Amino acid sequence: MHGLINRAIERFVRDTYGRDSWRRIIGRAGVEQSEFEAMLTYEEAVTFDLLAAAQEVLERPTAEILEDIGTYLVSHPNVEALRRLLRFGGATFGDFLHSLDDLQARARLAVSDLELPQLELREHANDSFTLTCRFRRAGFGHVAVGLLRAMADDYGALVLLDHKGARGGVELIGIRLLSMAHASGREFDLGARAG
Amino acid sequence: MPNAAHPLAAVLDTLCPMHALIDATGHIVHAGPTLHKLCPGGIAPWARFTELFEMKRPRCDSSMKALRARGGQKLHLILRGGPRCDLKGVLAPLPEDGPIQPAGGAIVNLSFGISVVDAVRDFALTSTDFAATDLAIEMLYLVEAKTAAMEASRTLNLRLQGAMIAAEEKAYTDALTGLRNRRAADYLLERLLERKQDFALMQLDLDFFKAVNDTMGHAAGDHVLREVAAIMIEETRAEDMIARVGGDEFVLVFARLTDPGRMHDIATRLIARLEQPIRYGEELCRISASAGSVLSCDYARPTLARMLEDADAALYAAKAAGRGRHVPFAPQAPPASADGAARRQG
Repeated sequence: MHGLINRAIERFVRDTYGRDSWRRIIGRAGVEQSEFEAMLTYEEAVTFDLLAAAQEVLERPTAEILEDIGTYLVSHPNVEALRRLLRFGGATFGDFLHSLDDLQARARLAVSDLELPQLELREHANDSFTLTCRFRRAGFGHVAVGLLRAMADDYGALVLLDHKGARGGVELIGIRLLSMAHASGREFDLGARAG
Repeated sequence: MPNAAHPLAAVLDTLCPMHALIDATGHIVHAGPTLHKLCPGGIAPWARFTELFEMKRPRCDSSMKALRARGGQKLHLILRGGPRCDLKGVLAPLPEDGPIQPAGGAIVNLSFGISVVDAVRDFALTSTDFAATDLAIEMLYLVEAKTAAMEASRTLNLRLQGAMIAAEEKAYTDALTGLRNRRAADYLLERLLERKQDFALMQLDLDFFKAVNDTMGHAAGDHVLREVAAIMIEETRAEDMIARVGGDEFVLVFARLTDPGRMHDIATRLIARLEQPIRYGEELCRISASAGSVLSCDYARPTLARMLEDADAALYAAKAAGRGRHVPFAPQAPPASADGAARRQG
């Protein structure tokens, strides 16, 4: 799995639970390195060992941890760059939802060997969507739920999200868009580059 | 705008929000909403196009005739006043007579080109300031994404470089004494020979060291080796190289040293220091050293193998003559026998 993904897990645990928890997870997972390099690739099993160890150490179900990682990735000030990149997806939350179909290709433009799940948005009505998330293994769908929830906040939209379970590597997420402009949201200044 | 109600104004604003509609006298009769943002307070009524924008390439005078003659060409312009802003443009002349107004005028469409990154910041532009077909937003996305990826790669490179330097340092260092090792000595000597730089090479073996190791144990032996290393560093210059090349064998390299007298002084002083007892706990360890040396300037064509061999022969001569002394290799009469080598120096 790409180092960016292991690095995301690492940053989330360290920024949310502290370095001690991270060390315990590393120890329990039996992983050789204590830090992950964002720009290297690691064995796929490492990621799942980390997640299994995190469930034990943090005493929380993996699905919840994954959802929190998704939220962390766009709302924590330490990882502001990703929020900005996602905001390029559109001026409104509706535009953003439709831009998810291109997320995989957009990620590849930036980091050519980064494999992300394939996302596909289906619009049932103006305010009702289903997001399909395909990957080799299930789990990313929960990350997507956390990420969408935080992005909705970012845009000031009000949404209901519902992870409808996984069949193989395919996960379905129900999205109800209750209000596009529920709150003021966070500003997105095109010219202000994240450090 | 005097002619804001131009029939095509709304269409042009949607398709090319950075356009200017110019009349036959060169005045802007309508400008797209994004173009207005380039001028504080918007573009003034009846401003002349060439007063706001300077044509850099192709060079031409500011007459409408000259501008119209550049129709269809790629134009390079800069914004006069305000922050530096390079623009690309293309101009379409309007017919001199016919239904399209302003007759004899032109439509110019502008874009930021590569300066879009600075422009969005300088003019506080948002995604709605660009036509839906404009790739500006994708370009901004790419710039930011690539910058973030490059930054992550750069951090990785720095860490790898640090690790590489540490590994190289380790590969060239004797772990026990912190002196250089055989690999480092060979590398330096080859470099000196390649560069045809003069140097002196000394082989030095500790005498009676085995006795310290055997009677007082390896810990004492290790302690003595560390003390020996410290003494050697004290007795030499920072630019000299000292390598531990075997258990109690050392190679010393003195760059630019060509004077046999100086070589002998250094060796004698060093051996005298090494003969002073070294304290280990309650006990005193007594060792000495034998040394043989060669000077690169004594050879017409010095080679590493030959110099090491000759230095070794001189060292053997020093040992044969009773240890605790330095014997320089004599190039004219090589010490083929112990007799020749036993000549006492100084």
